[in-house]
Amino acid sequence: MARALINVPQKAKRGEIIEIKTLMSHPMETGFRPGMDGQLIPRDIIEKFVCTYNGEVVFSAQLYPAITANPFISFTTIATDSGTLVFSWTDNKGDTQVQTASIQVE
Amino acid sequence: MNTTRRQFSLLAAGASFALVTPARATPDSMKESIQAFTGGRPVTDGRIKFEISLLVENGNSVPLSVLVDSPMTKDNHVTRIGLFNEKNPMPDVAIFNLTPRSGRAQIATRMRLNDTQFITAIAEMSDGTYFSARSGVIVTMPACVEE
Repeated sequence: MARALINVPQKAKRGEIIEIKTLMSHPMETGFRPGMDGQLIPRDIIEKFVCTYNGEVVFSAQLYPAITANPFISFTTIATDSGTLVFSWTDNKGDTQVQTASIQVE
Repeated sequence: MNTTRRQFSLLAAGASFALVTPARATPDSMKESIQAFTGGRPVTDGRIKFEISLLVENGNSVPLSVLVDSPMTKDNHVTRIGLFNEKNPMPDVAIFNLTPRSGRAQIATRMRLNDTQFITAIAEMSDGTYFSARSGVIVTMPACVEE
């Protein structure tokens, strides 16, 4: 399991717009690069990123090879209730990695 | 037919060039990609603050951010933000799906740049209109050259 760094504020006021930053460790091999043997290195990229907040999808993204290795994605959401944010990254082979973060809303 | 030495070396050079030069997006293929994103509907300039460096040394990781002017209510919000390039191997960079729960239409990420080129950001509004902004970036060392 690759490592992900997630930055979610631990506490927020109800209705506050919070910024979430995510960094997933992944090579994002484009599939356009020849390797040492002259053959193209097969594509290995994260294609889909989804963030759910207490089960509801609040943000998602579709990524292409132009996104850097260790893809960084930052976005915002409204702090509605205390609970769990679930982040998932799915690669082009269909493997999904999941991380969670919790938030306290006052 | 006998191949002369000169013809052979030309052929060989051509073949190896073809091997290491992958397909490239062009301003035209970026247009096609944008058309696929908008469904061919008109795109207006404006309402987007698109921030990316004007000059980068290393095209392997170029930070960028997009902020769209929108109240982000249920009736009036940004549904998608698309990023497109002209000269990477593929015209698509990323598509971000936003919701009224985003609060603000703001995203940031990092991209690869294979060459000096224009990057286009397009925002899709919930009423089906499209807005765009573009920015040119000069790249001194492109991505995809390092092992």
